Amino acid sequence: MADKKLPSTFFNMVFVLTLVSVISALALAFTYSKTKDPIAQVALKRTQKALQQVLPAFNNDPTVEKYTVEGTEYKDMEFFPAKMDGKFVGTAVQTYSDNGFGGKVLLMVGFGPDNKIINITVLKHNETPGLGTKMADAKFKDQFNGKDPGVFKLKVKKDGGDVDAITAATISSRAFCDATDRAYQGLLKGGKK
Amino acid sequence: MNLAKELFRGLIKENPTLVLLLGMCPTLAVSNQAINGIGMGLAATFVLVGSNVVIAMIKNVTPDKVRIPIFVVVIACFVTIVDLCMNAFTPDLHATLGIFIPLIVVNCIILGRAEAFASKNTVLPSLVDGIVMGIGFTCGLTVLGSIREILGNGSIFGYKLVAENASTILVFILPPGAFIALGFLIATVNRLLKKKA
Repeated sequence: MADKKLPSTFFNMVFVLTLVSVISALALAFTYSKTKDPIAQVALKRTQKALQQVLPAFNNDPTVEKYTVEGTEYKDMEFFPAKMDGKFVGTAVQTYSDNGFGGKVLLMVGFGPDNKIINITVLKHNETPGLGTKMADAKFKDQFNGKDPGVFKLKVKKDGGDVDAITAATISSRAFCDATDRAYQGLLKGGKK
Repeated sequence: MNLAKELFRGLIKENPTLVLLLGMCPTLAVSNQAINGIGMGLAATFVLVGSNVVIAMIKNVTPDKVRIPIFVVVIACFVTIVDLCMNAFTPDLHATLGIFIPLIVVNCIILGRAEAFASKNTVLPSLVDGIVMGIGFTCGLTVLGSIREILGNGSIFGYKLVAENASTILVFILPPGAFIALGFLIATVNRLLKKKA
């Protein structure tokens, strides 16, 4: 066994390790080129599905017309304008909060032309299963539908707002409100076109 | 080589999760649902089989002093392939498993099998070893995930077993529940093995 093994000379070590790395790199390059398009499509499909959930019927392609807003606080957000036969029907905002119980929470919030919330959908979260995950349930998130954030305070009741928090998941509820509020502020800051 | 015996070895006698106690990090972290257990187990199995085979193939041209870096490069390569493929073809599962897919690189089951088995055996036994160890890992994770999902969420593979608002033993889907469930599971397996011996 040991006798047929390549001896650990400097040249052998460098040569074999380099060779293994090069072959691995080639294999990865090949996989990457094969999976690049499906991955991009999955991401696009996910965005489109979320857009259909939070916006009224539209027939333009908001993913093509998406835009961003200047200002450090809002630069990571994406705005998707929806139009029906050229008439503006609403904006979907991809927004986030860093204050979730398990880190970042990503939401898609749909606003009508009157800035009222149409619907919200959760894109990504890392909340506690059975507690914070309830933020994606209709019971919690549907209380925002049809509300005007100018009147309806986007804070949980504990913090003096109007939102009924999820039982035993106040932090997740706060993050949800935080993200929604950020979307609204971004929209006011010139997110509307 | 006796296949049934090998399977028994991977599944029970040397089960990586329940007997060897390797790879505890993903075991505890992703086993809050049965489906996560299967997904994680299969991803790790693929990496395990792939790296075992490749390492067994190149073991004679691997200088001893750099064997660990070479193993890690091979393993990392397979993990990235799995990560990309899962992202492309099973996006939902990929989203739930998240960071634990890339972390398969440092899962000690894989490096452990590479070092303890594949680097000393030929290709075919290494392939079998990868498969049975992978099955053992998958089963361990799935059983643990099922127990936690049933007790903690009242469901199995996402199908609700109890009424929507019934109270469940929530602690089982939280991190402490992983330790409790795993402890009982290991105790059970130990007991069964002792009887047999």
